Amino acid sequence: MTAALPKISFRDPQIEMAHGAGGRASRRLIDGLIAPLLCGPLKEPLGDAAHLDVNGTRIAITADSFVVQPLRFPGGSIGELAINGTVNDLAVSGARAQALLVTYVLEAGLTTSVLEAEIRAMADAAARAGVVVAGGDTKVVENGKADRMYITTAGIGVPIAGLSLSAASVRPGDKILLSGPIGDHGITILLARGELDFEADLCSDTRSVLPLVEALAKAASPGIRWMRDPTRGGVATSLNELARDCKLAVALVEERIPVRDVVRGACELLGLDPLHIANEGQFLAVVAEEHAEAALQGLRAAPGGEAAAIIGEIREQPAATVLGIAGYGGTRVIDMLVGDPLPRIC
Amino acid sequence: MKFVDEFREPEVIAKASAEIQRLADPNRHYRLMEVCGGHTHAIYRFGLKDLLPENVELVHGPGCPVCVLPMGRIDDALSISQQGNVIFAAFGDMMRVPGANGSPLQHKARGMDIRIVYSPSDALRLAIQNPEKHVMFFAIGFETTAPSTALTLIRAKKDGIKNFSVFSNHVTIIPAIRAILDSPDMRIDAFIGPGHVSTVIGCRPYEWIAKNEGKPIVVSGFEPVDVLQAIVMLLRQLDQGEAKVENQYTRVVPWEGNRAALKAIGEVFELRPYFEWRGMGFISQSALSIRPAYAEWDAEKRFHVPGVRVTDPKAAQCGEVLKGVLKPAQCKLFGKECTPEHPIGALMVSSEGSCAAYYNFEYRKTAALAGAQS
Repeated sequence: MTAALPKISFRDPQIEMAHGAGGRASRRLIDGLIAPLLCGPLKEPLGDAAHLDVNGTRIAITADSFVVQPLRFPGGSIGELAINGTVNDLAVSGARAQALLVTYVLEAGLTTSVLEAEIRAMADAAARAGVVVAGGDTKVVENGKADRMYITTAGIGVPIAGLSLSAASVRPGDKILLSGPIGDHGITILLARGELDFEADLCSDTRSVLPLVEALAKAASPGIRWMRDPTRGGVATSLNELARDCKLAVALVEERIPVRDVVRGACELLGLDPLHIANEGQFLAVVAEEHAEAALQGLRAAPGGEAAAIIGEIREQPAATVLGIAGYGGTRVIDMLVGDPLPRIC
Repeated sequence: MKFVDEFREPEVIAKASAEIQRLADPNRHYRLMEVCGGHTHAIYRFGLKDLLPENVELVHGPGCPVCVLPMGRIDDALSISQQGNVIFAAFGDMMRVPGANGSPLQHKARGMDIRIVYSPSDALRLAIQNPEKHVMFFAIGFETTAPSTALTLIRAKKDGIKNFSVFSNHVTIIPAIRAILDSPDMRIDAFIGPGHVSTVIGCRPYEWIAKNEGKPIVVSGFEPVDVLQAIVMLLRQLDQGEAKVENQYTRVVPWEGNRAALKAIGEVFELRPYFEWRGMGFISQSALSIRPAYAEWDAEKRFHVPGVRVTDPKAAQCGEVLKGVLKPAQCKLFGKECTPEHPIGALMVSSEGSCAAYYNFEYRKTAALAGAQS
C-alpha cells in the first residue's frame, strides 16, 4: 500500500511579494504547495494555531515571523510585534500563551543598539502579555543578504476554559464582532516609510488581545464559535476565509465597521480599502445570536475594548461570500486581498 | 469624513434614486456611457447599479489609462530599464499590467529595480537621492496627470537634474470619445463626463458632443450622490429632447478648466501624430510626446526603444469591452483564464478597469445570488 500522493495545485513559476501578503496568493501557496507536502490531507482548515493532544493534554502551538520595514514605527516596533503577534495567534485560537521561542536572523553590520532596543521591547511586551521567553536561536548573514533583522517566533499555549472554536460550528444568524477600529497598523507603517508626503496622527494598534479574548470568553464563552486576528490581508481576507470554511455568507453592515477618520482619509487618497489593511491588535469573533449582546457588553467593559462593535451577521446565502451592505441599499462583494499594496507590513 | 460623507448620505441617495425611477420612461432603453474609469469603479464599489431601473444601462467607456495602453509600451519601457543602472518608477496601477514577458512586478521579483511612486515628483526625488543611477518615470494618464508630469519635467530642467527621464504614455480624452462616436457598432444616448480630466480641460472641449452629435454630456464627480445626480441631469435632458454640456461637479471643475495646468502641458508636451490605443487601434492626435526642448529628459529619445508591438491574445476581447460593445462578462476569457489575480488584459488589472471592477464587485455577487435562487 502506498499513501495517496499529495495534491499540488500551485503552478506559479516564481515567488512574488503577493505570496507573502496574506491574501489570495498566500492562500494558494499554502494550500497548493506547502500544506499538501508537509501536512498531508488536512482534517480541518489551517487556523492561527494548531491544537494538539499530547499524552492526554491539550496544547496549542503556533509560529510566526516578522520582516516589517521600518523596524520602528509610531506605537511599536518589530520586537513588540513579534511578541504580541504570537500571543494573539494563540489567543484567537482559544489559548493562553505560556512560553515563546525567539529566533533572530541578523544582517552583519546591524548596530548593536538597534538590536538591544528590540530585545528590550520584546522583554517588555512579554512581561505585559504574561508570557515567558524560554529560548531561541540567532543567525547572522552577510551584509546585504538581509534587511537588518528578521524575527521568527514559536509559541505554546493552553486552552482557555469554555472555548471551543471552529468555522464548522458557525451558523446562520450568528453575529460578527470586531474588537475595535481597523487599519491603524497598516496605514501607520505606510506613513512611517516616509514615501508619502502626508503626515497623520496615528499609531500602530499592536497589543496583546489576550485580555480582551478572556473578557469575551468570560461574558459569552458558550456562544463563541470562531475567532481570528485580521493581520495581513485585513478583515476582508479573514472573513473570506471564514465564509469559505463554513460555506456560508458573511454580511457586513459597512457603516458599523469602526474606522478612524485618518485611516479612511488615507485609504480614500490611496485607493485602498480599510477592510484590506493589516491590524495587529484587533480580532474578529463570531458569536451565537443569543450571546451577542452579552459578548459585546463584556468586550466594551474591558480596557481597550470600548470601540468594539457588531459589524454584521452570518447568512445562509450567497455561500462562501462576503457581502458589504451600504446604508443606501447598494451591496458589493468584498473579496480577499489580491496582490500586495503594502509589502512587509509585519 | 468631511467632503466625502455628505456625498454618501443614504437619504440623499434614496432621493436621487427615486428621481431617476420617476424620470426614466419605461418604454425607452437608455444607454449612458461613463467615459472615466473612476466612475466605473465608483459605480461598482458603491453598488449603484442596484439603485437604477433596469432600462437605465451604464456602458463603460475608455477612460482608464492603464487599460488603453498597448502591451508593447510596457515591454518598451522594461527594455529601457534593462539598459543598465536604471530605476523604473511607476504608479502602483502599472505594476501588475502584463507585458509579453511578465508584468513590472514579475520583473521586480526577478531583481529589476522597480519602484512604486505616488507622483512624478516622488520619482524626481528618487533621482536626486540616487545620483549614481538613472530614474525613468513611466508616465501614464489623461489630462488629469499630465500637468504633474509636465511640472516635474520643468523642475528637472530648471534644477539641471540629468539622471531623470520620462517615458510618456499620456493620452487625451477627446479623440477617444470621438473614436467611440465614430464607431459604427456604438449606440450611446448620453455621456457621464470625466470629472478629474475636466478639472484641467474644463467643460468647453465637450461642446461639439452636444452641438454636433446631439448627445447630452454631464461632467460628474465620483461619490454616489454625484453619479446619481449626473444621471438625473442626463435623463432630464433626454426627457426634454435637449443636448447640452452640464457640470454636476462644480465644487471641483471650473467651466474654463485650469489655465496654469494647461500652460504646463503646453510648455512640455506636443501632440503625437498618432498613438496606438489598446483595443481601439491607432487614433490620430490622441497622445502627448515630450517637446524637443525637453529631449534630454525624454526616455524615448535618450534610450534605444525597440518599438515592440504585441498583439493581444486572440481570445481576449478587450477592445470590444473598452468601446462598450461587450459587457465584461461577455468576453470569452472573463472569470476563467482572465481574473484579477491572473489578468490577461489590462482591463482586469487596474481598479478602474471595467473588468476588474465588474469582477470584484458585481460578477461574484450576481453569481452568488443566482446560486442562492437556484
